[in-house]
Amino acid sequence: MEALLEILEDLHPEVDFETCTTLVDEKIIDSFDIVTIIAEINEEYDVVIPAEEIVPENFNSAKALYDLILRLEDED
Amino acid sequence: MQRNILEYLEQTAQRFPKKTAFANETMEISFEEVQAVSQSIGSYLAGNGYAKEPVVVWMHRHPHMIAAFWGVVYGGCYYVPMDEEMPLFRVKLIFENLKPRAVICDENTCEQARALEGFGGEILLYDAVCRTPVERSLLEEIRRGAIDTDPVYIVFTSGSTGVPKGVVGCHRAVIDYADQLTEVLHVTENTVFGNQTPLYFDACLKELFGSLKCGATTYLVPKELFLFPIRLVEFLNTYQINTVCWVVSALTMISSTGTFDKIVPEYLHTVAFGSEVFPIRQFNLWRRTLPDARFLNLYGPTEATGMSCYYEADHEFAEDEVIPIGKPFPNTGILLLNEQNQKPDPGEPGEICIRGTPLTLGYYDNAEKTAEVFVQNPQNPHYRDLIYRTGDIGKYNADGDLIFLSRKDNQIKHMGHRIELGEIEAQVNRIEGIRSACCVYDQEKGKIILFYVGSCEGKDLVVRLRGTLPRYMVPNQVHALDALPLTANGKTDRQRLKQMAAELAAQRRGRRQEQRTAETKL
Repeated sequence: MEALLEILEDLHPEVDFETCTTLVDEKIIDSFDIVTIIAEINEEYDVVIPAEEIVPENFNSAKALYDLILRLEDED
Repeated sequence: MQRNILEYLEQTAQRFPKKTAFANETMEISFEEVQAVSQSIGSYLAGNGYAKEPVVVWMHRHPHMIAAFWGVVYGGCYYVPMDEEMPLFRVKLIFENLKPRAVICDENTCEQARALEGFGGEILLYDAVCRTPVERSLLEEIRRGAIDTDPVYIVFTSGSTGVPKGVVGCHRAVIDYADQLTEVLHVTENTVFGNQTPLYFDACLKELFGSLKCGATTYLVPKELFLFPIRLVEFLNTYQINTVCWVVSALTMISSTGTFDKIVPEYLHTVAFGSEVFPIRQFNLWRRTLPDARFLNLYGPTEATGMSCYYEADHEFAEDEVIPIGKPFPNTGILLLNEQNQKPDPGEPGEICIRGTPLTLGYYDNAEKTAEVFVQNPQNPHYRDLIYRTGDIGKYNADGDLIFLSRKDNQIKHMGHRIELGEIEAQVNRIEGIRSACCVYDQEKGKIILFYVGSCEGKDLVVRLRGTLPRYMVPNQVHALDALPLTANGKTDRQRLKQMAAELAAQRRGRRQEQRTAETKL
């Protein structure tokens, strides 16, 4: 989770990712951020986020994103 | 001969009165309605003493905003599109430059306009002015007095000193552009555009005039969809969109995420792109997915009314190749000039300069900046022959196609947006406690990286910048330094900063890797 938080904080140092659950709904992250997050997760966790998982529910919070990573790691 | 862009609207409204001109996911407006509404807005403006002056259209991206543009033109004025998400600080800079007497707002923006310091002009609510009874004789009189070198719009582009520059486009140049572009893109009444670009840039002229001239329908694709590729393609399929003119990053968002394994754009037959280099692997993915579609690379600066060159990318490219920007549109002149203002030898680089009717009228109320880049053709001492110096460096390949190489200054293209790094630095330097600042661009990762010296926390710095810069200009990474590295002659060493950015990224990766290993052990 630490590494993921660092990826996110790098993009938005002003956001508290431990508590924020409306990253998409409040337009905090944009399409640039999504592409960057996907690329860095791939590099960091060696996990490819498939297109059907790129949905608002998975990107609204760091927790949701981390759960997705764990889920995808398990499927490997 | 056509003299006014509104002739497109009038002819199309006669041919296809009930056809949808502009739409979004909740509403649509027909050509007949667009004409009626814009004549009403024009009648209000003309009836209330506005003439030959800028009128700001500050609205939420919506089909009504487009109708307001033509309303301003009916009123004998020129429109200045402004985005509802633009930070107030930047809006103020633009208003200081324009000194507009009127601004057309919607429910979302009228409060912001009321609160705008130093603006004493009239705030017109779209919903009110669009009901003004049409004054036919007044509109006819305006049209009789109009000439084709009158302005149509002003769009603002990034300025290296921190102040945006307003580029003034005129009827003649827009008509020329609309005629050439619709020909190249094969736009007809059967074209269905999916607009991606904001309405406050000249990029949207492609769809707006494709619709106005040919009777095509333009859907404004909601911005949020560009975060979620499958939904984006579903939108294209739902509305049977067959033509897109998008920035490269919007196209690669779809192809790079494996979306094509799940869903394919079923109706898309024309894909125009530009403003950025298309990574070849992504381009080839698009081509293989849509083997029958046409792919066109477009190139051109705002100062030459939209697009100046095009290249039909009708074959696969090797990964080390670049897609050329090709050849100029008919009636556009391109010349390359080297540092001696001479034509470079074949295959050698030079600054791309543009001549002819497509040139805009320069920057609004900024004769100095205009004179710097709209200059007499140094190859022609005989009569007035204006060129626009783009600052882009290009060369011709063996086929005679133009290739974009680089910039001669610190202008970048980030997510399709044209940005002067100097404008970001100027805003950073305004912040208390900052001693110096320098931005570099990591082309490969597409990140704007800011280095600064001063007592401000990186976090606070980002918060402050979000209040003064448009979102796409806020740095993606910030690093505090004790001092900026300097070159031998005392300038900030941007090359060294780029290296430092790469080193910092490598360090971070190493540290994360350690964290991960520790986490796994736990």
